[in-house]
Amino acid sequence: MSYAKRSPWLLHYDASSCNGCDIEVLACLTPVYDVERFGIINTGDPKQADILLITGAVNDQNKEVVKQLYEQMPEPKVVVAVGICACSGGIFRDCYNILGGVDTVIPVDVYVPGCAARPESIIDGVVKGLGVLEEKQRKMEAER
Amino acid sequence: MSDIEAIILALVYLILAPVAGCVLAGVDRKLSARMQGRRGPPIRQPYYDVRKFMEKEQITSNGVQDFYVACYLLFVIVTGCMFFAGMDLLLVLFTLTLGETFLILAAYCSGSPFSQVGAQRELYVAMAYEPILLLAAIAFYLQTGSFAIGDIASSDGMAVIPLIGVFVAFLYALTMKLRKSPFDLSMSHHAHQDLVRGMTTEFSGRTLAMLEVSHWYENIMLLALVALFFMDGTWVGFAVGLVVAVLAYLLEVYIDNGFARMKWQTALKSGWVVALVLGVGNVIVLLLM
Ligand code: SF4
Repeated sequence: MSYAKRSPWLLHYDASSCNGCDIEVLACLTPVYDVERFGIINTGDPKQADILLITGAVNDQNKEVVKQLYEQMPEPKVVVAVGICACSGGIFRDCYNILGGVDTVIPVDVYVPGCAARPESIIDGVVKGLGVLEEKQRKMEAER
Repeated sequence: MSDIEAIILALVYLILAPVAGCVLAGVDRKLSARMQGRRGPPIRQPYYDVRKFMEKEQITSNGVQDFYVACYLLFVIVTGCMFFAGMDLLLVLFTLTLGETFLILAAYCSGSPFSQVGAQRELYVAMAYEPILLLAAIAFYLQTGSFAIGDIASSDGMAVIPLIGVFVAFLYALTMKLRKSPFDLSMSHHAHQDLVRGMTTEFSGRTLAMLEVSHWYENIMLLALVALFFMDGTWVGFAVGLVVAVLAYLLEVYIDNGFARMKWQTALKSGWVVALVLGVGNVIVLLLM
């Protein structure tokens, strides 16, 4: 079993979320949900993160930011799109500045739908992401 | 203390300190979580973290920084070994400062504004606690007539009784040295602070693992320094020292959770006031006695 699975560090980025999903992401850290019991730390540093959690749809202005954050993260890494906006653009899909879901800019591994996504489903999505993380880790080791 | 004993003690430190430091870090996180009403990660979490860092892809913005962090690890280990071998206390403190300097250089050379500001703050905090550490060494010399840790540890009577002012000042410096809130200005083990990860912002992968292991080594050495105040050459002194060292760490965890981060001005001023009043005051009393 890879250790990445036991100590996944999150990087949370708010693309153009209405803040509804962000509140739910932060709720995961509170005593009620306490994601730290899985070793998850909500870090602000892409270079130390394993999982990129993006809320909200991507727009013209932050497209480069999202790309850069993704590129700064060391392998293995996993992207989790939280909320229907991040999955497909959601209610903002037809706005003039919106490109669509996160997957229009970077590859997404796990989609967590919902408006807003509930803390339970966010944790569920992250745990699913751990499986992907382990797979990528194995692939990396095989290539070495 | 004979040479053989000294070498054995240094080797024991070399092997057991990371284990003890890792457990201590795990207890720290568990306890912090409990204080916040959470369940918290398993005690082995710091070990998992370090193993994960070692598995990750290595991204380095400036190759020199890895070298500097490796030097930090090396000098922290050397410091600890010298301490446990009972060598000169002044030499131990200076070597520790040298290690610290390498860490600051590593943060400075990475180019990220976050780690640069973190390094700057670390310098201020170092200015705040260094006088206290030096005064502690001087006070030990005045009390026991020797700078050698071996002699200090086997001198008659617990040094803490005449050195109580210096001891309290040292506990104050310990908060800064362990980088606990309110003095975790330069970097913090808690996520999401004003400087992202401060000095460690540009460190990832193996570099971060090295840094974490150095912290384990360093914490054990610092707690041993706390215990040194109680050593009187007997088992009682050793046991009391051990218990007080653990209690001191628990106190630091409590302080860490109870305070918000302070400005560097506060750290510097309060550090010097504590050094002047408690440290220098204590030394003057020792000189007059
Ligand atoms: S999914 Fe709903 S709650 Fe989340 S960002 Fe979009 S509109 Fe807001």
